[in-house]
Amino acid sequence: MGEKVMGKNISWNQFKRSLFIVQKNIHIYYSKGPVIIFGLLMPFFLFLSFYIGRDMPIEALIPGLLGMTAFFTATSTGPAIVPWEARAKTLERLISSPVSLRTIFLGDVISSFLFGLLISVFPVIASLLIGVEIVYPLILVLGVVLSTFCFAAFSILLSAYPPTDNPSTIMMLSSMIKFPLVFISGIFIPLEQLPIWGRTVSSISPLTYFTDLARYAIQGKSYYPFEVNFLVLIAFTIAFLVLAIKIHEHTIQKRL
Amino acid sequence: MTSENAVEVTNLTKHFNGLVAVNNISFEVKNSELFGFLGPNGAGKTTTIRMLTGVIKPDKGSASIFGYDVVKQGLKARQLMGIVPEMSNAYVDLSAWNNLMLVGGLYGVNKNQRTERATSLLKKFDLYERRNQLVKGFSKGMKQKLLLCMALISDPQILFLDEPTSGLDVESQRLIKDMVREFNANGTTVFLTTHNMEEANQLCDRVAIINRGKIAEIDSPEKVRQQSCGLQTIEISFDNPVNAEDLLKLPSVNGANKMGDKLRLCVDDTGAAIDALVDYARSKKLNIISLNTLAPSLEDVFLQLVKES
Repeated sequence: MGEKVMGKNISWNQFKRSLFIVQKNIHIYYSKGPVIIFGLLMPFFLFLSFYIGRDMPIEALIPGLLGMTAFFTATSTGPAIVPWEARAKTLERLISSPVSLRTIFLGDVISSFLFGLLISVFPVIASLLIGVEIVYPLILVLGVVLSTFCFAAFSILLSAYPPTDNPSTIMMLSSMIKFPLVFISGIFIPLEQLPIWGRTVSSISPLTYFTDLARYAIQGKSYYPFEVNFLVLIAFTIAFLVLAIKIHEHTIQKRL
Repeated sequence: MTSENAVEVTNLTKHFNGLVAVNNISFEVKNSELFGFLGPNGAGKTTTIRMLTGVIKPDKGSASIFGYDVVKQGLKARQLMGIVPEMSNAYVDLSAWNNLMLVGGLYGVNKNQRTERATSLLKKFDLYERRNQLVKGFSKGMKQKLLLCMALISDPQILFLDEPTSGLDVESQRLIKDMVREFNANGTTVFLTTHNMEEANQLCDRVAIINRGKIAEIDSPEKVRQQSCGLQTIEISFDNPVNAEDLLKLPSVNGANKMGDKLRLCVDDTGAAIDALVDYARSKKLNIISLNTLAPSLEDVFLQLVKES
């Protein structure tokens, strides 16, 4: 269980096995009620409530919409999987299979990432259709890919504690963390318009760096240099993955 | 790595909340053996199987599967196993077919073999026509048969079966028992936990009886029955009435009850008791009309061992 997977062959085999976990998650979890509600409907209505009645150019709104879409969708599947599987006893099946814990969570991260990526394509296409010009398209694509992976890793961290088998508990707790992050990440108010304390607080949120990156790619201007945004997102991704694995390794026995 | 024994367990111990669930047990299961693990509820059967299959970590001691330590070399050990757990854990939101494809994939079975084995197993267990149906619509018996298919998709060297026939109808029980026998005959080692003494008696080469986390006895079902002290019974009748209390003085006899025209004697050693009875009949000039030895059922032995421990 806690063993280190060493050797190229074992790692490659384990990676291939994680793709079966991805397939399983896509079949089962993409259509689950809490995933649809917390991943699609809530951010959609949150955006509408922000947009309606405000006189802002569409180019200024798209980075925020994209940030919310990527963040909410990529973090909607991950928290549900582990408690759901613990309750259905299928987590025990996975753990008694010849796959490591890392393989199981890699599968969960990839499936959350794909869900986020798939849905995030829609606001990008919608922007292009309504005539929004994207200044740096490659940076936008790379930014969306990196940040949805970062948010997917964050979602697995959200499911690590408390070690409950009740999906709604984790979904509620993760919403309590996710919603405040949306309000401090420069989605509704650009970073440069925030007071100093606001900018300081926003720096702890990974969403800040993606919104800033999207603003750079779409409008050509950003608060942080785009290289910094990329580096910080990479650092967050690594930190989330390491922390998630460590905490899950510590708590997994309590779920069985 | 090769090993003569399929399972080797040494001083395995597990506590839950300060209570000992499995207490320093040691045993081996030979390659290709059908091994029964018997015990009452809460005896430690499922905890033992969960440690052997890598679900929970032992607090003390070690266990290996074909030489691979279940903790230190867990991936290699688990690669050799097929598992049917006590509680159904197929994915109810997936079809039977997709469950098999998932488990085959997790065990690294290639696509052609997965398809071939899944088809053959589903046909063998009479589930092929329902392969595309979601498991949530399956009956308990169908789910149990699917779990067995999922355990066998990787062609395992050892099968762990935790109460595989519990709560099933007679037909499903018979099908599962026949399949277990067939796979065992083809060389698969089977580790079976059960409450059902008759099932263990019919299927197992050897049984271990566990109670309160400790192993009370390990042997073949027949030897376990024979070795049990005080449960061997002799039924004897003479041509003239005999005082039962006289027979209690004979060696090895520790109980005597009159049953119609016969006497039923509880003995420790059947052979010694028969010799003593023959000598007694000669000395009293009695003729023995009938003499039968009655072996205890495995259930009798089980209850006695559980009571003693």
